[in-house]
Amino acid sequence: TDLKAQRNAKYSLSDPPNSYEDITTYNNFYEFGLDKGAPAANSGRFKPAPWTVTVKGEAENTGTFAFEDLIKPHPIEERVYRLRCVEAWSMVIPWDGVPLAAALKQFKPTSKAKYVAFKTVYRPDEMPGQRGRSLQWPYVEGLRIDEAMHPLSFLAIGLYGRTLPNQNGAPLRLVTPWKYGFKGIKSIVEINFTQKQPPTTWNISAPHEYGFYANVNPKVDHPRWSQARERKIGSGLFGSRVPTLMFNGYEQEVASLYRGMDLKKYY
Amino acid sequence: MPSPTVIRRVFKPALFVLCAVPLLSVVWAAFEIGGASLGTNPVEKIQDTFGQWGLRLLVITLAVTPLRDWFGLPWLVQLRRMLGLFAFFYVVMHFLTWLLLDQGLYWSGILEDIAKRPFITIGFTALLLLVPLAVTSTNKMMRRLGKRWKSLHRSIYVICLLAVWHYYWQVKADTTEPLIYLAIVLVLLGWRAWQARPGRARTVLSRPVSNPEKHNLAANVTGNVSDNP
Repeated sequence: TDLKAQRNAKYSLSDPPNSYEDITTYNNFYEFGLDKGAPAANSGRFKPAPWTVTVKGEAENTGTFAFEDLIKPHPIEERVYRLRCVEAWSMVIPWDGVPLAAALKQFKPTSKAKYVAFKTVYRPDEMPGQRGRSLQWPYVEGLRIDEAMHPLSFLAIGLYGRTLPNQNGAPLRLVTPWKYGFKGIKSIVEINFTQKQPPTTWNISAPHEYGFYANVNPKVDHPRWSQARERKIGSGLFGSRVPTLMFNGYEQEVASLYRGMDLKKYY
Repeated sequence: MPSPTVIRRVFKPALFVLCAVPLLSVVWAAFEIGGASLGTNPVEKIQDTFGQWGLRLLVITLAVTPLRDWFGLPWLVQLRRMLGLFAFFYVVMHFLTWLLLDQGLYWSGILEDIAKRPFITIGFTALLLLVPLAVTSTNKMMRRLGKRWKSLHRSIYVICLLAVWHYYWQVKADTTEPLIYLAIVLVLLGWRAWQARPGRARTVLSRPVSNPEKHNLAANVTGNVSDNP
């Protein structure tokens, strides 16, 4: 279905976005398989509706909420964001959704809420990848509360003005454009406000390779590959790599969140 | 046993065409012939295809001697040189794709990757080790090197292990496939070690050869590739 989204120019790039086809056929969503084409091929049986999200932890307004009730109070925005994968490729994506801060504030987190943890749905009969053990299921992710409340943090429910396809994390997923793509947890069913830093799936899988913060940083290499440059998807056979920008180009907006932190240690 | 003519006129050309299929599939896809496509990330697709086939052909080359002995197919060895050279070809193409299309000849990045990223260091080492094998694959070089030829070409054992290791280390989460390759390589190497264990009657070495003159280079040795003297 069509979403009536208003572009938020303040948080949108002027770069031309990748094609709908690129964005919906080249995905890392291990719940549906390991190949980039697997999510598009294997997510047909997944049912993103009806959908509920359970909210718990350090907040006043906890409980289980219908997807529609979560989204309805907020106007849908379009935001054209960069997406930088930790595998050193990138895209430009026109997301539709609501600011994460607005969504979280309706649950009235208390002063004890220092972090927000997210969980992906666990449905091995609809998600063939969850029957394998490539990662620990269900997928979990988390943000520091100030990161979550940052105006760039976004809950996407669509792209290109259409409802989010299953392979992109239907019906709602996280988008934090200054972080590597794997932070953008998909098909969220649980939001938990916590006092302590929550575990995150890729960090559990390979702690030396993937940190909690996962901020895009050309100066901190992944142990097995350089993060200094990236391949822009859609640049064709001879489009060479381009330099990766600090915080994926969102340095002005987010650098203050990490002032005084050693980003080599907190990668 | 097929006649030398059948091997030369039928088996070898057929194998050549078969080994060229992965290359042709990439070329077809690059020009989008018959609806083929390199997909959303064409450089990655090309690099993976060449790397996969380089590894597969290395392992197939390593399997020739065991298969010959298990199934009693002495003529199989005559196909080994072509298999090895195709393995080398795909490994070189894999490397060139990385150098030209992926890195775009960005030398500081390339040199840093080779020096600092273990999986690239390992892959590059395997490539370097393959060069002398390819260079000495001619009949002339075999004759010139004599017995040393065989010791030199035993480096394929190390190369195969390095290639699997290179693959294993670049996989992000699911290591099933590289581990399958590892198991196959270990079986092939383990069988050789078993054959070479001390005190074993050297039946393989004493197997009679139909035409000794045509196999002037220690022809009855396990590693004979002198298929076309």
